[in-house]
Amino acid sequence: MTRPVLTHPVLSQPDRPPGPEALIELRDLRVSFDGAPALHGVDFTVSRGESVGMVGESGCGKSVTWLAALGLLPRKAVVTGQALLAGRNLIGAPGAELDDVRGGRVAMIFQDPASALNPVLRVGRQIMEALALHRGLTGAAARAEAKRLLEIVGIPDASQRLNAYPHEFSGGQNQRVMIAMALAGDPDLLIADEPTTALDATIQAQILDLIAEIRRETGMALVLISHDLGVVAETCERICVMYSGRIVESAPASDLFADPRHPYSRGLLAALPPLDGPRQRLDPIPGVVPDPRSPPPGCAFGPRCREFEAACAEAPQGLRNIGAERAVACRRINLAPLPRELAPA
Amino acid sequence: MTDLVQIRSVSRSYQMRRGFLSAPVVVRAVDDVSLTIPKGRTLGIVGESGSGKSTTGRMALGLEKPDGGEVRFAGEAMPAVGDARWRAQRARMQMIFQDPLGALDRRLRIHSQIREPLDIHKIGAKSDRNSHALDALRSVGLSEAQGQRYPHELSGGQRQRAVLARALATRPDFLVCDEPISALDVSIQAQVVNLLVDLQSDLGLTMLFISHDLRAVRHVSHRIAVMYLGRIVEEGDGDTLFADPLHPYSRALVSAAPTPGRTRADRIVLKGDPPNPAARPSGCAFHPRCPMAIARCRSETPALIDARPNRRVACHLVQPTGAV
Repeated sequence: MTRPVLTHPVLSQPDRPPGPEALIELRDLRVSFDGAPALHGVDFTVSRGESVGMVGESGCGKSVTWLAALGLLPRKAVVTGQALLAGRNLIGAPGAELDDVRGGRVAMIFQDPASALNPVLRVGRQIMEALALHRGLTGAAARAEAKRLLEIVGIPDASQRLNAYPHEFSGGQNQRVMIAMALAGDPDLLIADEPTTALDATIQAQILDLIAEIRRETGMALVLISHDLGVVAETCERICVMYSGRIVESAPASDLFADPRHPYSRGLLAALPPLDGPRQRLDPIPGVVPDPRSPPPGCAFGPRCREFEAACAEAPQGLRNIGAERAVACRRINLAPLPRELAPA
Repeated sequence: MTDLVQIRSVSRSYQMRRGFLSAPVVVRAVDDVSLTIPKGRTLGIVGESGSGKSTTGRMALGLEKPDGGEVRFAGEAMPAVGDARWRAQRARMQMIFQDPLGALDRRLRIHSQIREPLDIHKIGAKSDRNSHALDALRSVGLSEAQGQRYPHELSGGQRQRAVLARALATRPDFLVCDEPISALDVSIQAQVVNLLVDLQSDLGLTMLFISHDLRAVRHVSHRIAVMYLGRIVEEGDGDTLFADPLHPYSRALVSAAPTPGRTRADRIVLKGDPPNPAARPSGCAFHPRCPMAIARCRSETPALIDARPNRRVACHLVQPTGAV
């Protein structure tokens, strides 16, 4: 099957300025639920066209960060700080303004595509709805565009499949439909929250490839949220590791995997069983993720950390730059040359 | 080494209705699968959803009766489900599943749940059972105090440890683990994997480890079988199978496993959708997605043959000992 090349004037913007222009900037973003903090001040910038992976375990705040930025959290969540998109703060912005952004400049896809689609509407109609909302397309023009989007995401026989219902698609195809809907608004940024977690390994590879290809052709920025280090490593240029509501390390993907600095990042990599070479005993991170209602004092990773010292429990360490593109939140890491016991083997 | 579990060309089909009025479709979940697990060893089964790996596990335990073929445990045929001999055999084989919360009784303290199988199977003197249960609890790294808690008061990893303690309380010979770590957080998975490896070598357990996670399977298994649409497509030594996969599907599966530090460029991406067991392709079931398929693959199902020393492969393109 051949996939049409993107030629839409809006989808493929060759005139997008190169270089690291900030697309969305989070400043001291904080979220709490019923008084329990879930996000402790996240500062983070996504540049135009960049692909960033956010990794961490359940409850670390990787999803909450973006749900908060887009105003998608339930009302009981208390959100403070700023999420600046082209200079406009989205936190506390009126619904009409957010509706313009969500699905328009910023699109989001989720883990379970089947529950994100309306089961009683044909997928064509659902894609056309997004086209009407964000691009003002109706009638035959919308249908033609919906068909083109389905072709871009690799659904065979697109004109027939527009009339199908979500249950007639497989899980991987439904995720393709979700990506087509996300593209309908011609987004500058796609936030993909565990987009392949519910899919089989060979289908996961297809979807990750599709996302990478669309990104190559449109120049859209990507935030890929995943618990799987391997998934973000292969897809993203930059990786943020989150733990217990904070970013603990941010680095270019190749650097992070070659030389992780934060003890948590190092622990995550060490705990991953290798696919080749001799089988050695795994080196797990001891203990469990802290309960957000009763966090440990100081550094949240302290109780599980091999480098722990008394001062770690005094106050959490914020992110500090180590080198031009790397930052790490650990007070045990000297900004001077690494002490021997912390240097990578 | 004697084989504790012998699975001899078992098959299992289900009837499935696709709609309210449509005729039922026969779905062949497992088709002519033969595997043996020597005593004290671990066999890993990998495959995607619908590959029949869980059904194979259930048949190995005698929870489900094969339509064809047979399962032998310790040299004897599996007794019929529900009779006295079957009941007695339950204590010798145990199973742990993906979701520990679903496997535990929410209204019972952990310690009571671990003691329960000892009471049911009347193992040991009544007065000793509490201390037996406590030993099982400690063997998986849980404390006495944690044993006094209810399932919802434990973390996911602790709950899976509790399920494991309960499975081990009856001192089983055979343990089937079906996706035991999939629901756990990344940093906890390694803890449970290490625990399984330790327990296996300490207790001489024979294990069947079923997972879609290639890394975990490789780590715990002595031998590995790769399943696709109900059939074994490749089977071999745990150390070498993923290093040198011969079947095109095993190759794609290994290639699809995300690896930190590798670029996407060298990945084999399979075309097409995951297979539907209700509409099984003719010949080799993998042929519609296989990048190497030839005409013969469409019509003829390849047999699982000894392609290399210690390696069985079911592919027309893999000749014994020769090159592809």
